[in-house]
Amino acid sequence: MNRLLLLLVCALALAAPAAAADPPTLADLEDELICPTCDTTLEMSSSPIADRMRAFIRERIAAGDSKAEIKSELVSQFGEGVLAAPPKRGFNLLAWLLPFAGLLLAGTVVTLGARRWLASRPDAGTRTGGGLDPALERRLDDELERFDG
Amino acid sequence: MAGRTRLVLQVAAVGVVASLVGLLAWQVATKEKSAGLVKAVARGETPAAPAFDLPVLGAKDDTISLASLRGKAVVLNFWASWCEPCKEEAPLLEEVWQEYRARDVVVLGVNAQDFTSDARGFVERYGMTYPVVHDGPGSSLGRYGLSGFPETWWIDRQGRLVAYHQGPVEREDVVRGIERALSSS
Repeated sequence: MNRLLLLLVCALALAAPAAAADPPTLADLEDELICPTCDTTLEMSSSPIADRMRAFIRERIAAGDSKAEIKSELVSQFGEGVLAAPPKRGFNLLAWLLPFAGLLLAGTVVTLGARRWLASRPDAGTRTGGGLDPALERRLDDELERFDG
Repeated sequence: MAGRTRLVLQVAAVGVVASLVGLLAWQVATKEKSAGLVKAVARGETPAAPAFDLPVLGAKDDTISLASLRGKAVVLNFWASWCEPCKEEAPLLEEVWQEYRARDVVVLGVNAQDFTSDARGFVERYGMTYPVVHDGPGSSLGRYGLSGFPETWWIDRQGRLVAYHQGPVEREDVVRGIERALSSS
């Protein structure tokens, strides 16, 4: 079993650099770039500048550029707005963190709300194992005594 | 402690919502302001031309700001090399630039959302000698309320917008705009 695991790890370690070295394709980049004039991804656009960008990408792929190099060149031409996903640094980091912060906040609010609602229910004590109501317990004792007697 | 946590969470939630509403309001206000420039000029008003400082095409370290052209009448033409109608008007703008430059008129091309190499090829092909700045991301377009290429604004000596034209210009449009910019006080 351990041997199999080791073999798998080795295979993955060897495969990772090979995959990274694979030349990018136009399709790889088209959905990660925005057409500057139409604000949709390149794959969705048939505007003149989108066609020109596709031609540029094909040229750069043929010249042996990596995906990162092609993206970097397009950013230097059109700014960071050309990237479909903002880079994970500086102010752009907010775009990545805010959804998680929102989820965390919403989760906390829901949890606190649920706990408060459960605690405020009239039968909360009985359900949580807090014992019988004292009045009910007295009445039960009386009934049992009468029954025994 | 629970009450305090709740208060902090409530304040945080209100803060997040208020920030998002503020951002939305700012976006809407900015868009309306730039779209309002076209309407204002059509009504005969002369709003201040939005400022910019952009690199000269093909010379990253050299920039031209609109403020540096104060005292001159400016024909501000937005274009891109992939825009077909831009090809029609480029020779005309060059002709007008040659004719009016001695009268303190500047034709300034703003090449936007374009590859610099394509733009340089365009300048060469159409023999453009008037100054051209490059705005790759197109950051100046929104401020001028542009909806496409080409579009042209005329700016008077005080830096105020006096005329606007959407689409390729004809000679009479350009000359009328220049005369208006020169006569505006």
